[in-house]
Amino acid sequence: MNAYASLTVERVFEVLMNVKDPEIDSVSIVDLGMVGNVVTEENDVKVTLLPTFLGCPALEIIKENTVKAIKKLPEVENVKVEFIFNPPWTSDRITEKGHIGLRAFGISPPPRHFEEDGTWHVDCAYCGSTYVTMENIFGPTACRSILYCKSCKNVFEAMKPISTLM
Amino acid sequence: MTNAESAMSQEYKDALESLLFQLADDDFMYAYRGSEWLGLAPHIEADIAFSSISQDTMGHAAMYYQLLEDLGAGKADHLAHFRPSEDRKNSILLERVNGEGYYMETPHYDWAYAVVRSVFYTYAKKVKLDSLRESAYLPLADVALKVRMELYYHKMHWDIWFKQLLNSTDVAKKKMNDAIQLVLADFGDVFSFGSHKQAIEKNGLIASEEELKDKWSKLIAPLFQSVQMTTPIIPEPSDKNGRNGKHTSDLEKGLATLSEVNKVDSAAVW
Repeated sequence: MNAYASLTVERVFEVLMNVKDPEIDSVSIVDLGMVGNVVTEENDVKVTLLPTFLGCPALEIIKENTVKAIKKLPEVENVKVEFIFNPPWTSDRITEKGHIGLRAFGISPPPRHFEEDGTWHVDCAYCGSTYVTMENIFGPTACRSILYCKSCKNVFEAMKPISTLM
Repeated sequence: MTNAESAMSQEYKDALESLLFQLADDDFMYAYRGSEWLGLAPHIEADIAFSSISQDTMGHAAMYYQLLEDLGAGKADHLAHFRPSEDRKNSILLERVNGEGYYMETPHYDWAYAVVRSVFYTYAKKVKLDSLRESAYLPLADVALKVRMELYYHKMHWDIWFKQLLNSTDVAKKKMNDAIQLVLADFGDVFSFGSHKQAIEKNGLIASEEELKDKWSKLIAPLFQSVQMTTPIIPEPSDKNGRNGKHTSDLEKGLATLSEVNKVDSAAVW
C-alpha cells in the first residue's frame, strides 16, 4: 500500500473538528466557519484560516494548534497554515452545530438576521427567553457582547453578528 | 516577490508604502492612547468597551504593518516598535496625550477629549475604509472590508457617548465643546496624504483628500444635528503635518514607553 494513499481532505477535516477556539472549547474551528480551503498534495497539507476578529489574541494559538493537530496524522509530512482575508469571516459562517456548541458554553449564537435599522436581537443562552437587555455591546473577548436575561436573571454573552453589509 | 509586486513602479510602491504607513501609524497610536485608559474609564462597561476597541484597533494596525512587511518594508513588529518619530506618518491628533499626568502615577485624563477624538477619528476611518474597498491594491481592499466590519461597533459605541454627554449637564456640554475645539485644532492632517498626495491619488489607491473630507462632513452631519450643533469645518493641515514626519514631543515620549518592554527583552511574548 502506498504510504500516503490515505491522506485526503476528509481526513484533515476530521482532525480539524477537534481544533477548538481556546476561549470557547465547545466549538471546533470548522463549526466556527474559520476554515477556508484544505488542499492535500501527496504528504503535504495546506490550510487557509479566516480570522474572526483581527485583534484576537487567540488567532496565533489557533494557528499553532491547527498545525500540531494535522502533524499528528502519521501520513503527513509538511503543513502550511495561513490566515487569509478574502473571503472575510462573517458570523453567518458558523454552522448549526456551532450554534449548539456556543449555547452549551453559555453564549447565544449570533442572530441570522438584522432588523431594518441595523439592530439585532438574541434570546437568552440559558433559558431561551426573549426578555433580555443589552448590557454592553463589547465583552470579555472581541467577538462577544454582554446581555442580561430578565426571566432567569442571568448575565449571559452573545456572539456579535458580523456581516459585510456593515 | 510575486509578479504583481515586481511589476510595481517605484513611484507606485512609494505611494502605496506611504499610505500604508499612514493607516498603520494612525491605528497604532490610537490603540496605544486607548490602552492607556485601561482601568480609568468612567465606569466598568466603558472600560471593557474601550479596551476591546483598542485591541481591535491594534489588530488593524498589525494588518497594515503586515502588508508593509509583504512589500519588503521590514518586519511588522519592528515597524511598529522601533521607527523613530520622524519616520512616523500618523496624524498629530492621534499622538496627543490623553490629558495631564502619567498613567502609572496620577493621571488626570480628559474623557470628553477621548470621546470626541474617537468620534472624529472613527468617522474619518470609516470614510477611508469605504474608499479603500475600491483600492487598486487588492490586498488592501481585502483588509479594508474586514476592518470595516469591526469598526461598525466602534462607531455605534462612540455615537452613544457623544450624544449622551452633549445632551447632559452644562458641565458636560462645556467639556465636550472644549474637547471639540482641541480635536479640531489637530484635525487638519487627518485627511492629508502629505507629500505623496499626487501619487497616492493618481494611482487609485484611495479617493482624493477633498472627496474624503466631503464624505466625512456628510457622514457626521446627522450626529451633530442630533445634538443641535452645526458640523464643524475641517481645517487645513498646519505646518506640523504628521504625514510628513512632523510631530510633537508627545509622540516621542509615547514611543519610548510603548517600546520599553521590547527593548528590554526582544523575545518577550504575552
